[in-house]
Amino acid sequence: MNSILSANAGLILMVVKTILLLFIVLTVNAYLTWFERKVVARIQSRWGPYRVGPHGLLQPLADGAKFLLKEDPTPAGVDKFVYHMAPLLALTLALTSIAIIPFGPNPLPWKFFGHDIYLSIASPDMNIGILALFAITALGVYGVALAGWASNSKYPLMGGLRSSAQMISYELALTMSVVGVLLIAGSFNLRDIIKAQAQPGVFGWHGIFGWNVWRQIVGFFCFFIAAIAETNRAPFDLPEAEQELVAGFNTEYASFKFAMFFIAEYTSMITVSCLCSIMFFGGWLSPFPDSWTFTHYLPSAILIPFGLWVIWDGIRYETIFGRIVLPGLGTVMVALGALFVAFPIVNEFIQGPFWLLSKIFAFLFFYVWMRGTLPRFRYDQLMAFGWKLLLPLSIVNVIATSFAILEWGPK
Amino acid sequence: MTLPLAVFFVLAAVAIAGAVNLIVQKHPIHSALSLIVVMVSLAGLYLLLGAEFVAAVQIIVYGGAIMVLFVFVIMLLNAGAEEHTNISKLAGGPGLLLAVALGAFIAATLARSPESVQTAVQSGTLAPTRAISSMIFKEFVYPFELTSFLVLVAILGATVLAQREKS
Repeated sequence: MNSILSANAGLILMVVKTILLLFIVLTVNAYLTWFERKVVARIQSRWGPYRVGPHGLLQPLADGAKFLLKEDPTPAGVDKFVYHMAPLLALTLALTSIAIIPFGPNPLPWKFFGHDIYLSIASPDMNIGILALFAITALGVYGVALAGWASNSKYPLMGGLRSSAQMISYELALTMSVVGVLLIAGSFNLRDIIKAQAQPGVFGWHGIFGWNVWRQIVGFFCFFIAAIAETNRAPFDLPEAEQELVAGFNTEYASFKFAMFFIAEYTSMITVSCLCSIMFFGGWLSPFPDSWTFTHYLPSAILIPFGLWVIWDGIRYETIFGRIVLPGLGTVMVALGALFVAFPIVNEFIQGPFWLLSKIFAFLFFYVWMRGTLPRFRYDQLMAFGWKLLLPLSIVNVIATSFAILEWGPK
Repeated sequence: MTLPLAVFFVLAAVAIAGAVNLIVQKHPIHSALSLIVVMVSLAGLYLLLGAEFVAAVQIIVYGGAIMVLFVFVIMLLNAGAEEHTNISKLAGGPGLLLAVALGAFIAATLARSPESVQTAVQSGTLAPTRAISSMIFKEFVYPFELTSFLVLVAILGATVLAQREKS
């Protein structure tokens, strides 16, 4: 038994990690919908989900159950094979892209039959990291486009067409905008890209000033906007513009097939947030210089007060259920914060993931913020913006970066 | 049979099945989808050969950009299912002959060196991207620049053709 385990340890480790990551990503997805509804509600001066569970915290579960239990009709006249394949394709590709993201710099403190346990499914020396991600997102458009076509209905077709046109227009700018970062790092490997940002940057200052966002501000601008367009999110959500196209490409989908598109969209939001943090905001690097060791207690300094606040809020909650659940949740947070303080090894280990997750969270908030505040682009504006502004700007950025590197070296 | 060899045969079978399906399918979208399958399995074959950069670019350019354009145009024109016609006699005879000749050629090459199938699969060693770029921009810089010039001419031609319609 032991020999079988050790012989296939690498494979077992990968499968376990995949299942774990899948579980985490799907849960985060579910609560991202809750988060989005809450934030948009706050922007629009309403309460958002409030009835199911304390502060609507069980709303995602209720939604999930609803998706599973609803009738799943197949409309007449659809192209059956493509119709059923499209949501599967969208979801699979979206979830696959997460596998390439490294979530922390160091392997876990213990080994699994001689294998280092890194916080990513892909091998840490995967040299084509960023290219592989682009390859997966390049295929991602088929899910949306084919769904629109296979539904055999005019609004979905319009949605699918818009989606493919949008992808073609913004893919170029997206790819060109990261070239500057790749030139600075000299590698496609996501880990190397982060490592290249650990050096002192502008004016020789450490920490936050080494990040690519300072040297590649134009690249970041192009990348972030093109990435939002690639994920079909507001203000680039023309493929599913409710006021014009009913629901766009997914009009004819119901029940869990609709949910699959939904999950795919939110997963690609997470992927883009990961990429933005890694490429331009130093990934798991702390914004403070290494010598400021007291900042290592920041995770605890955030978790403990927040947990206390949740407890304080929970004991005054209207429902009895909330008065039990919320203080419990708060206690867990406080305990976690105390754990980090008590065990320096654990605290050191979570520094990287903590910073990366904070940055991802900030970008996700930004996504929601934009959806709550910006109106949708008109179609011609969308095309003009992509071809006439983003693409030339990103090409100029590549040329300027190349010259700068020739002149002063990659630093 | 080693694992890379098994993967090679699976990918090769998928590529061939996709190519056959591309011809057999009646609807343009189905054909385009089969072509995507061929492209992606080819990328897998490149990866097996250790050319990870080429594999990624194969998917990004062919699987992604070019095929998205194909699918987009087919969707935009709303092309319906095609009718199958009888193969014309002119194409049938020489075509069959050519197919047999090609098959015989491949079979002869395989028969001469059974190891060539094995050497088609060399896992583990990955060609560094730096080597590819230094080859393109140092040794083969003139063919490369000429090709890009050709592409530029094609782009200009397309722009001119598209503009003529307007005036």
